[in-house]
Amino acid sequence: MIKRIAWATAILSTSWTTAAIASEELVSSFELNNGMQIVVVEDHRAPVVQHMVWYRAGSADEPKGQSGVAHYLEHLLFKATDKLEAGELSATVAANGGRDNAFTSHDYTAYFQRVASDRLELMMSMESDRMVNIRLTEENIVTEREVILEERNQRTDNNPRALFREQANAVQYHNHRYGVPIIGWRHEMETLDMDDALSFYGTYYAPNNAILVVSGDVDPNEVKSLAEKYYGVIPANPDLPERLRTEEPPQTAARRMTFKDPRVAQPYVQRSYLAPERDSGDQETAAALFLLAELLGGGTTSYLANALQFEKQTAVYTGAFYSGMSLDDTTFSLLIVPSEGVTLQEAEDALDGAYAAFLEDGVDAEQLDRIKLQLRASEIYARDNVDGIANRYGRALTSGLTVEDVQAWPDILQAVTAEQIIAAAKQVLQPEVSVTGWLMRDEEVSQ
Amino acid sequence: MNRFKLIVATLATCLLALPAVAEVKIKEVVSPGGITAWLVEDHSIPFTALELRFRGGTSLDAPGKRGAIYLMAGLLEEGAGDLMAQDYAKALEALAASFSYDTSKDTTSISARFLSENRDEAIALLSDTIHQPRFDQVAVDRVRGQVLSGLRSDTKDPNEIAGKAFAAMTYGDHPYGTDGKGTIDSVTALTRQDMIDAHKAVFARDRLYVGAVGDINAEQLGALLDTLLGDLPESGAAIPGPAEVTIPGGVTVVDFDTPQSVALFGQIGIDRDDPEFFAAYVMNQILGGGSFESRLMTEVREKRGLTYGVYSYLVPRDLAAVYMGSVASANDKMAEAVQVIRDEWRRMATEGVTEKELQDAKTYLTGAYPLRFDGNGPIASIMVGMQIQGLPIDYIATRNDKVNAVTLEDVNSFAAKLMDPDGLHFTVVGRPVGLESSAQ
Repeated sequence: MIKRIAWATAILSTSWTTAAIASEELVSSFELNNGMQIVVVEDHRAPVVQHMVWYRAGSADEPKGQSGVAHYLEHLLFKATDKLEAGELSATVAANGGRDNAFTSHDYTAYFQRVASDRLELMMSMESDRMVNIRLTEENIVTEREVILEERNQRTDNNPRALFREQANAVQYHNHRYGVPIIGWRHEMETLDMDDALSFYGTYYAPNNAILVVSGDVDPNEVKSLAEKYYGVIPANPDLPERLRTEEPPQTAARRMTFKDPRVAQPYVQRSYLAPERDSGDQETAAALFLLAELLGGGTTSYLANALQFEKQTAVYTGAFYSGMSLDDTTFSLLIVPSEGVTLQEAEDALDGAYAAFLEDGVDAEQLDRIKLQLRASEIYARDNVDGIANRYGRALTSGLTVEDVQAWPDILQAVTAEQIIAAAKQVLQPEVSVTGWLMRDEEVSQ
Repeated sequence: MNRFKLIVATLATCLLALPAVAEVKIKEVVSPGGITAWLVEDHSIPFTALELRFRGGTSLDAPGKRGAIYLMAGLLEEGAGDLMAQDYAKALEALAASFSYDTSKDTTSISARFLSENRDEAIALLSDTIHQPRFDQVAVDRVRGQVLSGLRSDTKDPNEIAGKAFAAMTYGDHPYGTDGKGTIDSVTALTRQDMIDAHKAVFARDRLYVGAVGDINAEQLGALLDTLLGDLPESGAAIPGPAEVTIPGGVTVVDFDTPQSVALFGQIGIDRDDPEFFAAYVMNQILGGGSFESRLMTEVREKRGLTYGVYSYLVPRDLAAVYMGSVASANDKMAEAVQVIRDEWRRMATEGVTEKELQDAKTYLTGAYPLRFDGNGPIASIMVGMQIQGLPIDYIATRNDKVNAVTLEDVNSFAAKLMDPDGLHFTVVGRPVGLESSAQ
């Protein structure tokens, strides 16, 4: 049964001279008998489709001692299957004028192809094949392990800011797997083998742990019948484990760290706080934190920029970040890059002072209105990029949210009040759950 | 964490699909005041993407003022007319419009998107931005601080170090030989008057190209163009002459203490308007054009695990053409990567490509072409690129025919002529084991 979901009517503002945007049915969702969930986002302006399969399996689902195996397996899925030679899937996509790739995060692994819409069936036939049929050789294991180690070199080891973030993240989580890097710790990556990869594959790659997200010039009914033909015949994995992870104990100690590297040219201070994520049916606190990040650090007109870059020239850059899409507890972060001649201690003190003043001053009602107005407009601009909307659903559904939660989110954001934002700030931004890190030049002396 | 990051070749546009054809109906619009623009009308979403591009870019910096145009472009969002920086930003937010600015060696671009319901107000603000930027001293100093912070970071970034070294070797004293962001010294010395001069150098009608896509018709666009651009001066700073390209074969090692070496490699390239350009384009797709199937990816990554990504790309700029590539590899593996790449360069020169490789590349390039037209902003940008390259307005419908017309003989005779394995230069930043700078 296809359930069509009306795209939320985007009305820019009641106080604005505005034409209401016609409500459009863009998003459909349904489920196959084997438990595979399907979301379709329509856009018929160009004969193009994006076909994605998302697995509810990311680096935070890895067994101890095998960090990086989720991402390693993602690479290995481009090797042979029963039907395809190594590299043949990508070569076939390319031979059909398409592009393909994949990505791994803490909570998901996703594979996608972007191709002419009349090639959708071919994509499904290949993607469904590698859901259960990969055939790896020892040579694949050895060579691809070298590739992921080079990837770690490129992303992390060659970049002091990435090394700093990796350490800070590890300090943030006492007991949850989010403290382990997605790419993996090098010493564990070096030991990953065939058994590790196939064990992760056998456990998590199954239709009842996957979501098909198709966007572009497609008819939902046709997607449904094709999906039944290719994905519907794959049996569900009856042994799929419940997604339980070791949880954080109460965090009761503010943590501080310094990271020094001779390759650092621009020192800065970063502070993160353990923060609640968007929970299904309970997104209000997350919405308040999302708006808090915008108010504090969302560009030129934000509170921190005004206090630290305009009224005083303490910083060349300030920012606030919150990503609510996460299965378990996430982080809320603040960043200050000091101006030339300002020490890290002075920068941190200025940041603390500005945040305290923000709590004292309260939310600027006009600023909050402008942010909400831009969020409403962003729903109009988003329709120019339905692949972006599709990605939103893929991330949400692998992060414990439902289609209904995604649909409700814009209205929840609009309903957040200034009082709720301040309350969320006071509740979440507590020293005991924080990690304050200084990224320093090697020669710099900490105080 | 992507399997690999695609590096997009600097080629502008191409073709028609073999499967379904992207129908992009471009109309030429000439405003009452005589400004030409290319328009694609699409009223399905109530907003418009507008792309304005001025030829010249950072190569128009006056002598001794390196970084002036880059800094000036960064100051365009820092206040205009009566509005100082923060009030300007608030006005923009209240319109839910966005204006962004970009400079390259060859162009300065303004990419705007605005809702239909407040189009006139958005255009009025953009007009002030173009004609009456404030360049307040306090803003100059603030943005200069950000640029300097970036320049300091660049001094410790292996990719930036490699890029600077390769450009200096290749172009010498030509503007292409130095970073358009300037140096710490040159940017420190820039004044408010330099911003005013840089603004005059860049924004002029004789170098303007316009593309618009979305909820706007020809008449509305014509009126908008006159409001927005009618008062621009006729001409700006003179565009420099062609650059002389000097790339000796060999290796340059720049010592930098980091675990993974980064390499840029390159040789003489081919101009975009050269009759053999499509042969070159197809050849590059096969050698290292960004797909998993390229020869470089197959040999360096898939077979040997020496890198996460290796690419080659044609760089046909306005004033010089080079053929470049990049790779990153652990210090103890870079020497082997360099050898494999040079061998592939030689194999292309001596053996050319196979009929199957040629067909696969053509199928990919022709099929991928319509995937580019995936949104109002991208289409506006592509149309401006077409105009700058002097391509006809019906080019989109004929581009795939040009790719398909390339023969095996075209590619292989061109490869034999262009590919110069001994003239290929590698600039390596890191501590690569077993690699040393060649004697000059």
